[in-house]
Amino acid sequence: MLNTMSDTANRSSDETSSPDEDGIRRELRRQAASIALAVAPFGIVFGVACAEAGLSPLVALGYSVFVFTGSAQFAAVDVLGDDGTVAAAVTAGVLLNLRSLAFGMVMAPALAGPWWKRAAMSQLMIDESTAVGTTRSELRWRRYGYLVAGLAVFVVWNLTTLVGVSAVSSSGDLIERTGLDAAGPAVFLALVWPRLADATQRRVALVGAVVALALVPVAPPGVPIVAAVVGVAAAKVAR
Amino acid sequence: MSPAVLTLVLLASATYALKSAAPVVLGGRTLPTSVQQLADLTPAALLAALVVVGTFAAGESLTIDARLVGTAAAGVALWRRAPFVVVVVVACAATALARLVA
Repeated sequence: MLNTMSDTANRSSDETSSPDEDGIRRELRRQAASIALAVAPFGIVFGVACAEAGLSPLVALGYSVFVFTGSAQFAAVDVLGDDGTVAAAVTAGVLLNLRSLAFGMVMAPALAGPWWKRAAMSQLMIDESTAVGTTRSELRWRRYGYLVAGLAVFVVWNLTTLVGVSAVSSSGDLIERTGLDAAGPAVFLALVWPRLADATQRRVALVGAVVALALVPVAPPGVPIVAAVVGVAAAKVAR
Repeated sequence: MSPAVLTLVLLASATYALKSAAPVVLGGRTLPTSVQQLADLTPAALLAALVVVGTFAAGESLTIDARLVGTAAAGVALWRRAPFVVVVVVACAATALARLVA
């Protein structure tokens, strides 16, 4: 993948404007719009999870604006909702976000510019923006795709968070009656699902699940989740 | 500062550091393969742990209740290649239905 990127860097220097440009721009905008639409239900579910964990709408929105990585926000709020400690909640979120580092390495060549511009663009470093950006090989289209997808998801994600958290913040019974408390595990299962096609990933997932289950009765809330990841990471490093 | 706000501040700072490290500091340089592999594998363990804890944990004990019906239904929906929205709706509906019947 990194080889392809240096090829791209070489090629992008002799780009000239072409009649296809509008077509590419339209295509990337279409991808951005559909991917933003796809995160909408997830945003609502996150808002609901915040309400369930007792967070105010303002704090919930704070997570979506400042953390802005779906699964990590979810994991942290989930741990808090189970009366987990701040340390456990932060660790769970950070571990999920280690992939942001990898995304950053993939996108960095396309995000050139003064440091403050690179710093601002980095906040949009999420699965969706990286996915749309990397559908193109030319650096300027990588950048364009990354930015339109990142911004589209940012707007939709925050709006839907607000919808979710305000819709249920006052009615705890509603969550039980509508089965909304099952949304969390379903979301995580959907996120891990594509990984299960790979044998190594499947093994890691299985070990993580077993470690977490074994620790629930003996460790404080949040710890089993963190321990599952640290255990797998330690086993990987030891080998 | 409430635990939720403290978590928000810490998680947002750490997350931003991870997001911006490569574009701001590393530039085009790369991390060792071992670190990349670790970053590639750990999400599977974490997500799987979140699935089982969210399904079976009630405080510090394990229980089997309506949530299991929801997670199982989500699994079936994913297996049938249902889109994300459908998976979540199916899980919630199955759980609600199981509670209604029980």
